[in-house]
Amino acid sequence: MVIVAEPKQVVAPGELLAEGDHLLGDNSFKVGTRIYSACMGIFEVDGTRVTVVPLKGGYFPRVGDLVGGRIVDVGLSGWSVDIRAPYEAMLPASETPGPRGPRRRDLSESFDVGDMVLSQVLAFDRTRDPLLTVKGPGLGKISNGRVVEISAAKIPRLIGRKGSMISMLKRETGCQITVGQNGVVMVWGKSPENERVAVEAIYMVEREAHTRGLTDRIREMIAKSNVVGEVARTQTA
Amino acid sequence: MPEPKQPEKLIDDKGIRIDGRRLDQLRPIKLEVGILDKADGSAYIEQGKNKILVGVYGPREAHPKHISLPDRAVLRCRYRMAPFSVDERKNPAPSRREMELSKVIRESLESVVLTDLYPRTTIDVFIEVLQSDGGSRCAGITAASLALADAGIPMRELVAACAVGKIQGHMALDLSDAEDKYGEADLPVAWVPNANLVTLLQMDGILTTDEFEKGLTMALDACKTIHGMQQEALKKKYLVIKEVAEEREETEVVA
Repeated sequence: MVIVAEPKQVVAPGELLAEGDHLLGDNSFKVGTRIYSACMGIFEVDGTRVTVVPLKGGYFPRVGDLVGGRIVDVGLSGWSVDIRAPYEAMLPASETPGPRGPRRRDLSESFDVGDMVLSQVLAFDRTRDPLLTVKGPGLGKISNGRVVEISAAKIPRLIGRKGSMISMLKRETGCQITVGQNGVVMVWGKSPENERVAVEAIYMVEREAHTRGLTDRIREMIAKSNVVGEVARTQTA
Repeated sequence: MPEPKQPEKLIDDKGIRIDGRRLDQLRPIKLEVGILDKADGSAYIEQGKNKILVGVYGPREAHPKHISLPDRAVLRCRYRMAPFSVDERKNPAPSRREMELSKVIRESLESVVLTDLYPRTTIDVFIEVLQSDGGSRCAGITAASLALADAGIPMRELVAACAVGKIQGHMALDLSDAEDKYGEADLPVAWVPNANLVTLLQMDGILTTDEFEKGLTMALDACKTIHGMQQEALKKKYLVIKEVAEEREETEVVA
């Protein structure tokens, strides 16, 4: 049980992380007793578990994920949705709220090509393409606010430990922010200026995800922009 | 432009080659990562006068669909030489040589990429030789494995590649274009360090068993050096952002 690489540092694929009976986390693999990194990322040790948090990479769907997607095709019984994964997702008409039955109206009345939808992954495995649903609170067409697309690998950092980063962003910018696991982030603010600052902060998280003291730096950046967040508003009231 | 004349001697009396190198010396190598905006991963290599750009896309949906495999991703590789990359204009149509190199490069990378994580998808690697100076398949592999890592594609490790050859009866490392053309043999090698696997080994010309063994040792040593440079290049991109960001923070605290 020896940790070889330095925790919290950037590791390259094939770099020796540890030796011995550690638990294998994401992006690590074992040859004999030696554990290596499988991708470019930050090395983390949690008890006996070793993981590499990737710095780049696409989205790979998981059941239950909240994802933002763009409608790419309207069919007879559902929609094809681009969720920025290697697979095209399907949103069947039966997974939309409202009455259903044989009397079919034109599906493009609900969602048309190019529309953004917030949805949840209902089913997915290695043999089938992901199936989506828009039944649920807050799900459905996105018709206002701003949509920011960042790398899916940076989503854990945007949320932060126990949601620290995202709750700070919401509080300081006074914006409502919904994070899709596939890197699509939706921002609704009380003014365009607030939204602009929030979007800028989200891009900053993406760019500097692997640096220390990021939460504080972003808080400072927002403070400098003179945007009134929630805290300030309650103080003045 | 006329074909460059054959140099009188490839090695002078002091054992120095036409470009001033010793027999066991690599050409200067410059590696850069993440230089294409729209590609998922990219890398650029300069090795001597070689200039090669690599773009990686994927894992993405396989088109045409019938090429996809149910249990793993398909790795596709295209090695291409720009018409202006050589002295005499190269016909832009894919040549026999380019197709062969695409295949051997793909095979040398396939053994490290963890393709079983992304079933029914493809990973596309485009290797564009902008300027060619001998040993471009090796430089291509070196850059392609960097670009794959830059794309965040899970892989066992980086592949490093280098050629050796025989010129005027001596084994020499990393042949340049003239040495390749007028030398006696060329032996490109790609090596996976931790697993200690040779994933590319070709030979053009004739070598004795002793020469071959000496050459292989030289090539593996060079691959080790190149592998170190690859890791450094990959990390540099992120360390620069980190330094800039953290430095800015410090100066702000002082101010």
